[in-house]
Order: sequence, then C-alpha cells, then structure tokens
Amino acid sequence: MALSIHSNSSDGLQRTSLHALHVELGARLVPFAGYEMPLHYRSGILKEHLHTRAAAGLFDVSHMGQIIVRARSQTLAHAARALESLMPADVLGLGQGRQRYSLLTNSTGGILDDLMLANLGDRFMLVVNASRKDDDGAHLRKSLAETCIVERLQDQALIALQGPLAETVLSTCADISTMCFMEVRSVEIFGVDCIVSRSGYTGEDGFEISIPAAFAEFLARKFLAHPAVAPIGLGARDSLRMEAGLPLYGSDLDTETTPVEAALEWTIARSRRQGGPRAGGFPGEEVILRQLSVGAKRRRVGLRSKERTPIRGGSMLYSDDDSQITIGQVTSGGFGPSVNAPVAMGYVATARSRPGSTISAEVRAKRVPVEVCELPFVEPRYKRRNTTRMGGPC
Amino acid sequence: MLKFTDQHEWLRIEGDLATVGITPYAQEQLGDLVFVELPSIGKKLEKGSAAAVVESVKAASDVYAPISGEITEVNEPLLSEPGLVNSDPMGKGWLFKLKIGEPSEIESLLNEADYNGLIG
Repeated sequence: MALSIHSNSSDGLQRTSLHALHVELGARLVPFAGYEMPLHYRSGILKEHLHTRAAAGLFDVSHMGQIIVRARSQTLAHAARALESLMPADVLGLGQGRQRYSLLTNSTGGILDDLMLANLGDRFMLVVNASRKDDDGAHLRKSLAETCIVERLQDQALIALQGPLAETVLSTCADISTMCFMEVRSVEIFGVDCIVSRSGYTGEDGFEISIPAAFAEFLARKFLAHPAVAPIGLGARDSLRMEAGLPLYGSDLDTETTPVEAALEWTIARSRRQGGPRAGGFPGEEVILRQLSVGAKRRRVGLRSKERTPIRGGSMLYSDDDSQITIGQVTSGGFGPSVNAPVAMGYVATARSRPGSTISAEVRAKRVPVEVCELPFVEPRYKRRNTTRMGGPC
Repeated sequence: MLKFTDQHEWLRIEGDLATVGITPYAQEQLGDLVFVELPSIGKKLEKGSAAAVVESVKAASDVYAPISGEITEVNEPLLSEPGLVNSDPMGKGWLFKLKIGEPSEIESLLNEADYNGLIG
C-alpha cells in the first residue's frame, strides 16, 4: 500500500517555541508552510478532534503571522482609514477591544489572504496565515508606507485553547470571564503580558493567546496540567474547521476567488457597500460590488457525501452521475469525526448551488452522489455578546 | 504461511488462498481509519494493481494486490466498522481473500523477520 509516511527531514524548516514540547508529547511532525508542525500527537486526529469538541484542545498556531499596524500620526483612525484601503471591512467602526474576520483583496477582486483584525486601542493587530505572512507584511508595508508603521511580531508565540471547557481552563490563570466572542484585550497571565482574543477556527468557544515566545512553553505546560486539556495537532485543526464550514486559504480561497464566490459577503461591511458612507475604496471594488448586486458565476457550498466515501479536495463535480460536464470542484474535504460522516466544501456553478440538490463527485474514477448543503456541518458554539440575557455578558 | 510485502501488507497463505491485510505498523502510521473500500468478489487483479482503499481522517491510501489472483471474499464488517483494521490489523481487520493466480510470485514475498527489519 502507498503509505504517505512523511519524511523525517526537517531541512530548512522553522520551528516554533513549542517544538521541544511537541517532541516530548509524541507529536508526528510534518512540514507545513515552512514550519515543522505537529500533525497529531499520540492519540491521533480522530480522538483529538472529538476531545476539542468535548473538553479543551491546546493548539500551537505560532506559525501564523502576527502583524502590528500603527499610524505614524499616532491617531488610530488614520491607521483604520489606511487599512480600509486594502480590505472591504469597517475598520473605522471597529471598537477598541473588538476583533473582526476580514480579507485582503487584490485589484481583480481576488483574495490575497483571510485574517483576524483587532483594535488594541493604540494599534491594530492582524493575525494572518503562515503561508501568506511574508507577502502580507510586504503588501501592507508597501501600500501603507506613507501613513503607517507595519511590524511583524517575530518573537511572539500564538497558542489557541479551544472547546467548551476553554473558558474554565483559562479562568484559572486569567481574568477573561467578561470577554465575549471576538473581543480582545491585554491580559496578564502568570505575570506575563499577553493579548487574548475570544476566537478561534474550530467552531467552538475558545481563545487565542499571543504571548512572548520565551514564555509560551511555560504557559502551554500549565494548560496541559489541567485534566480537561489535550494537545491537538494540525490534522484535527483541519477537520474541526471543515466541520465549522470555515475556509482554508490556499485550498478554499486564493487570488482567483472573490469574497462573493467564497460566500463571504458578510465580511463586506455595510459602510463599504454601494450607498454606504465609505463605499468601495478597496482593491477590486468594481468586481466585488458588482458581484454583490448581481451575484457571481460560482459559489462555495457545503457537500455531503451520500455514501461513506470521503470526498477530498481536487475531486471534480458533475450535475449527475452520467454527466461528463464539470460544474465545479471540491476544494477541501475529508471525514468529520463529530458528524461521523464525510464533509467537504467546494465551488459549484451558482445555478447548481441550491442546498438540498444532488450532484455527483468523481472519486478514484467512480461517481459518488453528493448533496449540496449549507455550511457549517456543526453549529458553532461561540459565546456571542448577548445584552438581553441575564447572569452574564455572553 | 505468513508473508509480508515492502508495501506494508501481510498475507496468510492457506492452500491456494491468500488472506490479505495491512500490517500493525501500517495501521499505526495511517491513524484511525474512517472508511474502507473493498474490491468486488470475482475481480481478477494483477500483482501491484490497486485492490482496496483505506482512508483515515486525513488521507486516502491505496492497498495494492501483493500477488495476482481472483478475489473470493471480502471482509464486509469493515464497511461499517473500519476501525477493526486499527484494533486487530492481522485478525478481524483483514481486507480480502484471493485465489492465488501465480504461485511463483509467493517466492518474492518477505518473511516476518525480513519485514520487521525493513520497518526497523
């Protein structure tokens, strides 16, 4: 059998500050975006996935880029305006201590990267994809040179704690109980200044903690000492985000794909749309605003295999089992341990994107019927701010 | 007679029949299996052709016919319980049985000691 056993060669790969801990925990390390990262630990992807949804998972996401943007004028609004020239978000309206998912776009409306953008009061912080961080940094630096100082945080680790017990675990060492989904603040943890956001990429409640690299292992060990916490690798991170319907840059998003095609219209702020106070003004505005009103030719959808066969990225899609005319392609897919069935997402011709309709995927030269469905496959359990509920902020 | 291939398959040869599965090392490397695709009974396979597919959460891997032959039986319970390959790879996790087509091909298979030396 063809065993895709990953080579043990780590030539030229970077390591995060948690590398030694990964090795100690029995991680299978694989190359990912130029880093040697844990694919999974001893218990394996399936159990790590289920553990995250049941308790709390600890993820090393230090390979991701952390970029600080501040205005040369010291006025945050100037930095906000500058960032709005690169993304269709309402950056000016992003309050202090708030975070938003947004996209860097190019002149043809394609997506350069997807990211988290946080207002830290005197500066903005962007968390970007590992594979894109060099390009993003250069793009921001060049495009915003006149108005902003752009700085990559090189010595800052990023640890994600995800799952229904993440709050319980983090509460033992940090005051985060009043934080809600997509809030971000400076928090002292064991005497170390960290930036904590209540967010993640698993569909679960959880936190991402930006911490000086020198203290990352110390904090990770503190978390792992809690009985609810297990270390989780990139394999489960991928299956968790797929079930949550979240796109992965490089698989589901790229420079040839627009936010409307990607079903990410919700990231285009009302204020930046036609008729809004700051309509347009971002790269690719003509294409994106036109698609917002008239639609795009293709659309990202969820795909449910009607058999047990997992449908994986790259599979071509057809209107029915006998058709030879492709109507789209799967961009990522695999097995969803929580739904206990195959899950996939991909792009289909908009005319064929109606949820509930059955199309056909080609897997190993055979056809498998798949149902077009809405995303996500697993309902998110974010702790959104809820002003009406009694007993707590979220 | 128990034989192995350098492709991490085992064969239990009894008369003119061979039962085929993947090795404990292979299942460990693959991780938890979530899907197994088995050949149809009666299918004639050339040595080295794709015979079955085992899929973990992360990836699909082909299992090749370790020798030529005709499929006589497949392990149906794996279709609903692919994890049997993980829990008992050389027992309840067998994949398929085939009627040996070219007995001479058996000579080129590995014995257990050779295989264990291979995976170190």
